[in-house]
Amino acid sequence: MGAQMKEQDMTPLLQVNGLTKMYGPRIGCKDVNFDLYPGEVMGIVGESGSGKSTLLNAMAGHHAPDRGEVVFDTRTDGPVDTLTMSEPERRMLGRTDWAFVHQHARDGLRMSVSAGGNIGERLMAVGGRHYGEIREQAADWLGRVEISDTRIDDRPSAFSGGMQQRLQIARNLVTGPRLVFMDEPTGGLDVSVQARLLDLLRSLVREMGLSAIIVTHDLAVVRLLADRLMVMKDGYVVESGLTDQVLDDPQHAYTQLLVSSVLQV
Amino acid sequence: MSDYNFAYLDEQTKRMIRRAILKGLAVPGYQVPFASREMPMPYGWGTGGVQVSAATLTPEDTLKVIDQGADDTTNAVSIRKFFERTAGVATTEETTKASVIQTRHRIPEAELTEDQILVYQVPIPEPLRFLEPRETETRKMHSLEEYGLMHVKLYEDISQHGDIATSYAYPVKVEDRYVMDPSPIPKFDNPKLEMAAIQLFGAGREQRIYAVPPYTKVVSLDFEDYPFEATKADHPCDLCGSEHSYLDEVILDDAGNRMFVCSDTDYCRTRRAEGHVGRLGESEGEAA
Repeated sequence: MGAQMKEQDMTPLLQVNGLTKMYGPRIGCKDVNFDLYPGEVMGIVGESGSGKSTLLNAMAGHHAPDRGEVVFDTRTDGPVDTLTMSEPERRMLGRTDWAFVHQHARDGLRMSVSAGGNIGERLMAVGGRHYGEIREQAADWLGRVEISDTRIDDRPSAFSGGMQQRLQIARNLVTGPRLVFMDEPTGGLDVSVQARLLDLLRSLVREMGLSAIIVTHDLAVVRLLADRLMVMKDGYVVESGLTDQVLDDPQHAYTQLLVSSVLQV
Repeated sequence: MSDYNFAYLDEQTKRMIRRAILKGLAVPGYQVPFASREMPMPYGWGTGGVQVSAATLTPEDTLKVIDQGADDTTNAVSIRKFFERTAGVATTEETTKASVIQTRHRIPEAELTEDQILVYQVPIPEPLRFLEPRETETRKMHSLEEYGLMHVKLYEDISQHGDIATSYAYPVKVEDRYVMDPSPIPKFDNPKLEMAAIQLFGAGREQRIYAVPPYTKVVSLDFEDYPFEATKADHPCDLCGSEHSYLDEVILDDAGNRMFVCSDTDYCRTRRAEGHVGRLGESEGEAA
């Protein structure tokens, strides 16, 4: 029994094999390989243009990579390569087991729809047809991301940047996804708001047992959230390992530069 | 008669439109693109409906044109005249005598039969348009049956107004497959979409034709705890006394007096001819 449990736990939630995306002759990202296990948070850091976002979008199915596999352990059929899945299946995955948090909340929210409607959209997309229940869940999730439920009928345009970002997170997590892609979730927020958002993300990730892939250029974010870290440069993964290990004992010249570039206050 | 080809459009164009109509009938609720022609009237005046009517009409047909239920409004009169001149077909104001009925924003009160065709003028055929502006995306949503967004609109209605405030162009699901905009008919007319007649929808500017074949299942979208309701003004008609027809509100003077009359003029006239009299109906009878 115990061994069986262990074996189940050892199936990676996501396996990325040889993922390559080219922009014509230029490299977007090349030969990326890693496994992500359930409950694990993976950080991807690197400078602008190093291929972080390209990699994230390729994994999330936003654009088609040129080579490689993205194998996801689905609830029903076990591990399936999402790149060869049919489009309806992939889109279904995109609104049930997967979530994508954009850097700019405006990209991930419907700005002309109320906060409650934004959170309820995923529920309605998977067949929720009871207004009372949808609204109850929306109010519950507003509470969990620390937005007062008196704001449930306000549009996101009336929210501050930090609130918009939290609303986007609530909207994504309402269907209980197992894997969350985050593209610079704290970018563009001031430091105190960043700190609260990180706190919130950390507790949500732990509470719900989420797996997450977080792209950022902010080393503090990965230090707080990520179990493991990949460092990218010019489209290649140059170093990977446990977060503390990589940050405290960087081996690759670029990682050393990156770590030493952080201002100590 | 006139130097125009029968019903204004050339035969090749009519053939192209008929193919679109047949495809629409084969896939109920699906928006079929067609090469909409420039018509001698502005967009928004029924160019789509006119093209569908032109492709549908035969010399033996009897045409009726209504605008908001009325036969005598500008849009209805000009389209009726247009086909009188270019097709020379017989026209009528009586719903039961017409074989082709072109309508803007209403379904006639009288029950239609299997040998009638109802042609709707459609301004915006895409029910998801105001929620999702990208055509590529809405097409994908239709093809993959991703209609959660439509309920987001209804959710917004309830959260803002306490109930589903959408009162016209109320979205429907056709034959358990396509979500369709029934054109801006009042939601009072939605239950009538399941009828014996062929229903054709033409959007000229947007270049789309879609159709609902006879006896097709048409369900208005709603929530379990906020079911669909076909609403109308809570009055009888002031001219014919009908309790069951869709009403227009007419302001009579500056003192706040108003009357409610059937929007379907033929239905109201028929009832009055049968001797039904409403609150203000008597005076007209005496005058006549």
